[in-house]
Amino acid sequence: MSVKTEPGPETDPRPSIGESRGDRLRRMFSSRVASAFAVAIAVLWTIPTAGLFISSLRPEDDIRTSGWWTVFTDPNFTLDTYNYVLYSTSAGGGLIRNLVNTVVITIPGVIIPVVFAAMAAYALSWIDFKGRNTLYIAIFALQVVPIQMALIPLLSFFSKGLAIGDFTLVPAWQLEGVNTIVQVWIAHSIFGLPLAIFLLHNFMRELPGDVMEAARIDGASHSQIFRKVVLPLVTPALASIGIFQFLWVWNDFLVGRTFGGGEATRPLTAVLGDMAGTWGFGWTRLPAAAFIAIIVPLLVFLLLQRYFVRGLLAGSVKG
Amino acid sequence: MSNTRRLMCLAAATSALALAATACGAPEEEGEGRGEVPDAAQDCANYEEFGSYEGETVSIFGSIRDTEADEMVEAWSYFEECTGITIEYEGSGEFEADMKVRVDGGNAPSIALFPQPGLMANYADSLVPASEEVSARATEGWSEDWLNYGTIDGTLYAPPNSANAKSFIWYSPSFFSESGYEVPTTWDDLIALSDQIAADGVMPWCAGFESGGATGWPGTDWIEDIVLREGTDLYDQWANHEIPFNDPQIVEAIEKAGSVVTNEDYIYNGVDTISSTPFQEAGYPILDGECAMYRMASFYGAMWPADTNVAEDGDVFAFQFPEQNEGDNTMLVGGEFVAAFSDSEATEATRQFLASELYHNARLQTGPWSTAHQGVDPNNATTPINVLATEILTDPAVTVRFDASDIMPGEVGASSFWTGVIQWVDGSKNAQQIADDIENSWPQ
Amino acid sequence: MDISALTARFGLLAVGLAAFVVVMLALYGIAELASRRNRSRLVASVFLFPALLFLGVGLVYPAVRTFVMSFFNGDGTQFIAFDNYAWVFSDDDALQTLINTALWIVIVPALSTALGLVYAVLIDGRRGERVYKALVFLPMGISFVGASIIWKFVYQYKASGDQLGLLNQLLVWFGLDPVNWLNNFPTNNFLLMVVLVWIEVGFATVVLSAALKGVPTEIIEAARIDGANPSQIFWNVTVPSIRSAIVVVAVTVFIATLKLFDIVRAMTGGHHGTDVLAHNMWDQAFRLGNDGRGATMAVLLFALVIPVVIYQVRNIRRQELEAR
Repeated sequence: MSVKTEPGPETDPRPSIGESRGDRLRRMFSSRVASAFAVAIAVLWTIPTAGLFISSLRPEDDIRTSGWWTVFTDPNFTLDTYNYVLYSTSAGGGLIRNLVNTVVITIPGVIIPVVFAAMAAYALSWIDFKGRNTLYIAIFALQVVPIQMALIPLLSFFSKGLAIGDFTLVPAWQLEGVNTIVQVWIAHSIFGLPLAIFLLHNFMRELPGDVMEAARIDGASHSQIFRKVVLPLVTPALASIGIFQFLWVWNDFLVGRTFGGGEATRPLTAVLGDMAGTWGFGWTRLPAAAFIAIIVPLLVFLLLQRYFVRGLLAGSVKG
Repeated sequence: MSNTRRLMCLAAATSALALAATACGAPEEEGEGRGEVPDAAQDCANYEEFGSYEGETVSIFGSIRDTEADEMVEAWSYFEECTGITIEYEGSGEFEADMKVRVDGGNAPSIALFPQPGLMANYADSLVPASEEVSARATEGWSEDWLNYGTIDGTLYAPPNSANAKSFIWYSPSFFSESGYEVPTTWDDLIALSDQIAADGVMPWCAGFESGGATGWPGTDWIEDIVLREGTDLYDQWANHEIPFNDPQIVEAIEKAGSVVTNEDYIYNGVDTISSTPFQEAGYPILDGECAMYRMASFYGAMWPADTNVAEDGDVFAFQFPEQNEGDNTMLVGGEFVAAFSDSEATEATRQFLASELYHNARLQTGPWSTAHQGVDPNNATTPINVLATEILTDPAVTVRFDASDIMPGEVGASSFWTGVIQWVDGSKNAQQIADDIENSWPQ
Repeated sequence: MDISALTARFGLLAVGLAAFVVVMLALYGIAELASRRNRSRLVASVFLFPALLFLGVGLVYPAVRTFVMSFFNGDGTQFIAFDNYAWVFSDDDALQTLINTALWIVIVPALSTALGLVYAVLIDGRRGERVYKALVFLPMGISFVGASIIWKFVYQYKASGDQLGLLNQLLVWFGLDPVNWLNNFPTNNFLLMVVLVWIEVGFATVVLSAALKGVPTEIIEAARIDGANPSQIFWNVTVPSIRSAIVVVAVTVFIATLKLFDIVRAMTGGHHGTDVLAHNMWDQAFRLGNDGRGATMAVLLFALVIPVVIYQVRNIRRQELEAR
């Protein structure tokens, strides 16, 4: 047995009773330096966004002529730009209508792909069938298909239906006005599926096989296992994927614009992006517009971050 | 729990902001030049000729957005009311791309406002030609030059919507009068004036070509203005690729433009800053007396800082780009063309309306706008620069040519021409080289 | 906003969700029936059916169509075999696009994952961890277009007078001249990469942080008792434990990088040597109207994902072996 000198409390790597892993890890890197570093990075990461936020509160002529940091020496704030963005949009109903559109687009646009992906991921992880892996790889690879390439064929499918020669497989969808949002739901679901299936498959594969076995021995069917065993266990993963899909759908305007029925169904982001005006002269309004678009995703993330992190801790069955 | 509290704080902050914004209420009718549909156009009797189509919808798609779009929609609001048609307008910053997706995807709009005749020609197979009624109105309202641009293979498809007058040079009237300068009417006078101003210690010219993904386009306007004044036939041959882009006459014209644009003694801040100076702000030094002239289209009138008086006796105004020869009268123009993908009756009625004096007069008064429709009274335009522009545009004696880069195929007009111009002002390539490059990029 | 418009939209939402529930119940019913008869293949089909239907119509068909289009000319009227591919490898601008894309897919995923991991470890268990995570994740909620606006404000250049861009202002404060960053090849490429890294590090941090919390404390304790130092614990214990999460992050960021379009479009339009495959694909097909070339770029994009696909295949095979 070698003789060890007593290390000081700051650097003693040996665990003490009742000490959490976090405490130990924290001591692994020298406390104060590491903290400073953590703060510095967080601040650095936030500066660009903070700059935008400050810009959104400045008068447009100021934005055109000086940088946002000048507000510290020469403060000059206004809510005019927010006012303009919120109230002066065209074609009746203002931003509220577009906000409602975005909400109506987003809710199914998140629920549908997440549910379908969960089902598909379960089948690909826990139901044994021939060609399972090939199918999974194919779905995984579909992630790389660019949306732009899918726009025209998919839109064509909705507008003209699907026909082989003279035989009509699927008639044209003939959706008008607000109902075109159905097309947007389907489009968003399609584009969100490959990534969702990939992420969920990864999660589900790591679930303990013995719990599944036990359930099967008890006579549970696949659908029962899925509903009662798997879903509760992967809820945090579902939440994470739901959030990512939510962010993507909320911030999208290409899909909403292409598959929706024009002005009436336009999402918020499309309108905010166009704030720059026909010749881009109004680019100074973009900071305010961008911030209005950010608020909801930000709130959603802050609300749910706690949920899925805690869920991950609780759902951890390893060890 | 700190997270909940944090959330509450955020929510409170957001609500506070929202409340404050609400308290301010809607902004006043912003921007000078905002107007109203004239009384005459509010009377439904005037719309009877278009018919009645209760409950029908016509979709219009264009590149016009934001305030300009609002003003345009207002101009046809009474048409909608009186005929029962609902017009759904959608504007997009990605007009070309969206147009392609919609047409190829089977979801074309009823009517599209094409800002480029060249682009419109790509869709000739899907477009519905102008009816006799619409053609008659078109012939009444516009000169042959204009109608040619809306014609594909001998058939008229689209009369114009708005018209921008592009051959303008912005200047400060007070600066000119104080220094005893006169507005030049010929190219030689313009050069002489530039030398004079330079000798007096002020940079004669400002220039800025930056415009995001479209950086370079103001430079194409410069070259087009020169080529146009070398000869309208030459211009047409160039735009239609009947002569190669690197034809010696064209190269010469580029070099002539360069006598101003790439002249270190003329350009404020130096020629190498042109490609990174946003065109929207490039003219501002005129206000501080730091440069004297800025070549830019009539729509620039709306881009000066908020309190600038844009008028002939004000802080800034514009004069027509000088001619090569005394007595010539040419104008480079832009605008949109009203083409239709649908042959429904409601669409036909809308097309007739959009080609009518009634619409153009009304639109002229709802906001800053200019048109070439010969039936309007230019004085109805809402700003002095638009009055001037409309006067010129509706004058049958003016020879009008559409922006060449909007006629050329996209690979050139919206790509290599812009890139060439940037390299030219950055000094990395000369006129011959960029002309060669652009010619090589012309699709077979 | 008037009531009828509001009801139309929320009514649609209600109907849509109801229809979805009905479909799900139907599927569930069929799955139950199939389960009872122990027909696992049928059960799998039911579970996979909705996803496969959507993917088939929305992605498989367009992928095939794109592949075919790459062998045709600009408007799809003439079969030109490999001419488009020849063009890609002989045209200077197209080659630059390929080189740029290669740089992006090597640098961004590696950097994002590494930085995300380091930061996740750094803040793990620290007071205020959630705040750090939220701040670093914030860029992800902003959308690529929003991020492009933000970074335009950072890189903006003014030839003279007050600077509008933060980076140039910093230079000026240090007595240097401002630089036209986005016009400056090849630096501009790396500056654009910074934007994507800025966004993706948040994603990496959040996912890896969650993974870290799943590492059993007993393993770490055991290693420490064995006398391992912090660095050894990190590399030999922690990292292997969260290996699958690291791979997931790296792969996801890789694919996002491959598809990167908005940042290039909004900030430089692909000019000044900053073009990448996904953007040029769109440019060729939609702005210049050349479907053949656009499709070719897309096919090259597909090709670049093959290495990752192969890796995934190996991964799955290895896991199946381990499971036995």
